[in-house]
Amino acid sequence: MKRNFLAKAYIWLLLILLYAPMVIIGVFSFTEAKVLGNWTGFSVGLYKSLFTSGAHEALMSALLNTLIIGLVASTLATALGTVSAIGIFNLRNKRFKAAMNTMNNIPILNADIITGVSLFLLFVSLGVTQGYVTLTLCHVTFCTPYVVLSVMPRLKQMNPNTFEAALDLGATPSQALRKVILPQIKSGMVSGFLLSFILSIDDFEVSVFNVGTNGLQTLSTFIYADSRKGGLTPELRPMITITFVVILAILIIMNLRTKTNTQTKTLK
Amino acid sequence: MKDSNFIISLDHISKWFGEKQVLNDVNLHVKKGEFITILGPSGCGKTTLLRIIAGFVTPDEGSVEIGGDRMNDIPPYKRPVNTVFQRYALFPHLNVYDNVAFGLKLAKVPEEEIEQRVRKSLKMVNMTDYEWRDVESLSGGQQQRVAIARALINSPEVLLLDEPLSALDHKMRKDMQVELKEIHKKLGVTFLFVTHDQEEALTMSDTIVVMDDGVIQQAGTPTDIYNEPVNAFVADFIGESNILNGTMLFDRKVNFLGHDFDCVDEGFGENVPVDVVIRPEDVYLMESPNKASMFEGTVQSCVFRGVHYEITVITDEGYEITIQDYNPFEAGMKVSMIIKPQDIQVMHKERTCNIFEGTLVDETHVEMLGIVFECLPQDIWQGEKLDVLVEVDFDKVDLLDDIDSAELTGDVRFILYKGDHYYLSVMTEDRDYVYVDTNDVYDERDLVGIKILPEDMRIRKADK
Amino acid sequence: MGKIKQFFGRRSSWSIPYLIFMLIFVVLPLILVVFYAFRSPQGGFTLDNIKTFINEKESVNTLLYSIGIALINTAICILLGYPAAYILSSSRFSSSSVMVALFLIPMFINVLMRTLATVALFGFIHVPLGQATLIFGMVYNYLPFMILPIYTVLQKLDRSYIEAAQDLGADSMRVFFRVTLPLSMPGVVSGIMMVFMPTISTFAIAELLTMNNIKLFGTIIQENINNGMWNYGALLSLIMLILIVLTNLFNEDKEEASAAGGLI
Repeated sequence: MKRNFLAKAYIWLLLILLYAPMVIIGVFSFTEAKVLGNWTGFSVGLYKSLFTSGAHEALMSALLNTLIIGLVASTLATALGTVSAIGIFNLRNKRFKAAMNTMNNIPILNADIITGVSLFLLFVSLGVTQGYVTLTLCHVTFCTPYVVLSVMPRLKQMNPNTFEAALDLGATPSQALRKVILPQIKSGMVSGFLLSFILSIDDFEVSVFNVGTNGLQTLSTFIYADSRKGGLTPELRPMITITFVVILAILIIMNLRTKTNTQTKTLK
Repeated sequence: MKDSNFIISLDHISKWFGEKQVLNDVNLHVKKGEFITILGPSGCGKTTLLRIIAGFVTPDEGSVEIGGDRMNDIPPYKRPVNTVFQRYALFPHLNVYDNVAFGLKLAKVPEEEIEQRVRKSLKMVNMTDYEWRDVESLSGGQQQRVAIARALINSPEVLLLDEPLSALDHKMRKDMQVELKEIHKKLGVTFLFVTHDQEEALTMSDTIVVMDDGVIQQAGTPTDIYNEPVNAFVADFIGESNILNGTMLFDRKVNFLGHDFDCVDEGFGENVPVDVVIRPEDVYLMESPNKASMFEGTVQSCVFRGVHYEITVITDEGYEITIQDYNPFEAGMKVSMIIKPQDIQVMHKERTCNIFEGTLVDETHVEMLGIVFECLPQDIWQGEKLDVLVEVDFDKVDLLDDIDSAELTGDVRFILYKGDHYYLSVMTEDRDYVYVDTNDVYDERDLVGIKILPEDMRIRKADK
Repeated sequence: MGKIKQFFGRRSSWSIPYLIFMLIFVVLPLILVVFYAFRSPQGGFTLDNIKTFINEKESVNTLLYSIGIALINTAICILLGYPAAYILSSSRFSSSSVMVALFLIPMFINVLMRTLATVALFGFIHVPLGQATLIFGMVYNYLPFMILPIYTVLQKLDRSYIEAAQDLGADSMRVFFRVTLPLSMPGVVSGIMMVFMPTISTFAIAELLTMNNIKLFGTIIQENINNGMWNYGALLSLIMLILIVLTNLFNEDKEEASAAGGLI
């Protein structure tokens, strides 16, 4: 009994420590004090200011950039990753297949800062001005491998004959792909997409080297630049709180999806 | 030119996967409406042949005709055939109805017609009321029936079945065999069935085609194949037979097991070495002594097999044969045996000794099977390299367990027990076959070293 | 013409676009890192950058200091994280995947936001920023990355191993040290991979949590690149790259899923 209690206590203690900072920010997002720690009464002023005030155009535009790049990069990564996973899965030559898998793993195993620096050197060497497009390409680069890794297991557990069965029943290869393969790997594609999205909007170290000098900012680079100026812009508190809640929601939904899937499977 | 007799014509089909030749000049003609089975061990090429007909594999040589039309360049989705896969390949994201209707929906058949036909199809396979079930909740046998319904609903000219019953348990298999046969009779569709289970083939087929190593060994009705196998492979594959070395003395008289027997075969010549096939159920066993006895032996073991007893007997001459009888005979008992003339199947020996193609590189060395062998000084040596044929008797090839000290190695491919010794085919690295008689016991895929002494080689010039 | 059509029809050819993509965006950039590392400002080949690194005490010290911090961080993460993973995977908690999810959620929040939240926490309780806060911040940030792989491995652990050990006479302590712990090592190694190298390379955390007083290796890479010292910065990156390759070779068991830390 005692062991049980100690164990649970330990877990809860860790959780409290893990969430304390976020909770504090959350609490203090509901007050308008300039300095964090001072409570000047309950107010949603910061939230209003965040969304309406023109002075924080920079923050909002950074947020917008982050979301747009996140969506575009995730979509591209999912498309590229799915096609590539199918391609790699069907490779016969073992050595080529191993090489493709190794290359795919490089961005995952590599430190983000190296990915960032190396891509920076790429664009600089090619003389390409860095901006929206190049940054999106960078994000696609580190997101696609995760999509490939999400889709692969689904391909592996798929009955390989289903594609041929579709052909046998009269489907052209593209019809077979759409009607038989894609539905079976759909869950991998969705996980890959969500993962890419989160990785993209979270990213700092790749973006910081690749935003270029034309004023493009993502949420991370904005916060970074802002924090160097000293002090924490108060409006960041509601921003962080909202992000926290949204991510919490997404993950809970993802969790519930896998739960209902396994539940329906066991019901039958 | 449309040949309306044969629904499928395969002519001179050959296929290589990399360096390995999987099909070697295969010719097959399937009659409309028949139930034909392609039977053979794993790796014999039967599945590849089926996939060539289905359109998933393109032959390197030869032509494929279905319904009289050339099909070589036609993709699978345009061929009038449908396939039932070994592991069913039902679409997991669709229910039973949508699986079965898949082909019809692609062909843009109107919805009402689809409903009607699906219902009919499911009824035919005894799966009515399963329309809305999730396919993953079905048992193996049920999935298989849905797969059959899904294929047949498209009214194909030919139904191809790729070992469809191999994943089912014994009882389910037997039931499905009966059901398939009934569906075949009812619909009149040509069935092309692939399996490695000879019992299945014998039960269900109008015609059986036995394949091994990419070559058709024999094609015929089940009775033909069972009673008159053309070679040792077919005989060994179908049923459990005793295959023995014998000598055809003259028409209707053959010597084996150390005795002369009357038989019904003729046309082999005189004093010709042959292979003799005796089915275990065709040897009559009686307690010794017995007036009618043709030859004698002692029972070594007797095992009950559910319907009959499987009895191993060592004849007085030292041969071991397997006999099936409804009565038990105790181990150690002395027995008398009879074999009726019509139960003796005599077959041509495919070869009487090894014949290797080689090159004489100098007076005492011949190159063959990928390495250089030492040989006795040859008179035919005239100073330059010469193409020769090297004959080596089966019992003059030595097999070594120590692979490292051997110059030539191979792995054991095929083992035939000849009653008093084993007859092996060993495949070398260069894919040459060496045939060996030995008393030692080997397993398939054993790695062995091969040694041939110079004095055991008979070398003669190869005629061009 | 038929052969070309066949080539594009085969699904294995679908890997070609990605091959080209990866060559341009993954392989080439890394080659450029090596290239720049050995390049002088005038454009010729030089080993000067290496010499600068060896001679500049600051750089070498930063590297060693970073490795030190990383080791401490990894050790603390293991000490704190292993028990957590163990408890989570045991029968009391394994039915509730919500608990596990709660530990993983911080992973998905922007590292800067998390770090700023930590800064805010320290501000709130009036603790001065410095080395202690740095280490706390690192552990705070990387703990979930250590817990997840260990949890994944422990959860999939076949209970029969434990039962077999108990059957053979082992008490709980023995069962843990002789069966559970060794079998969970792949998870620990995975966790180390996800914590050790990233600690050396993240610079934002160090900057924010120490008001840029303490610099880690990642920081000096960033500074050099930002100040236009691309060659030197590339060399430093190359050093980090070599470290990464070494630590990866150390973990021979390269199961892709474990490399992604069971994120998928």
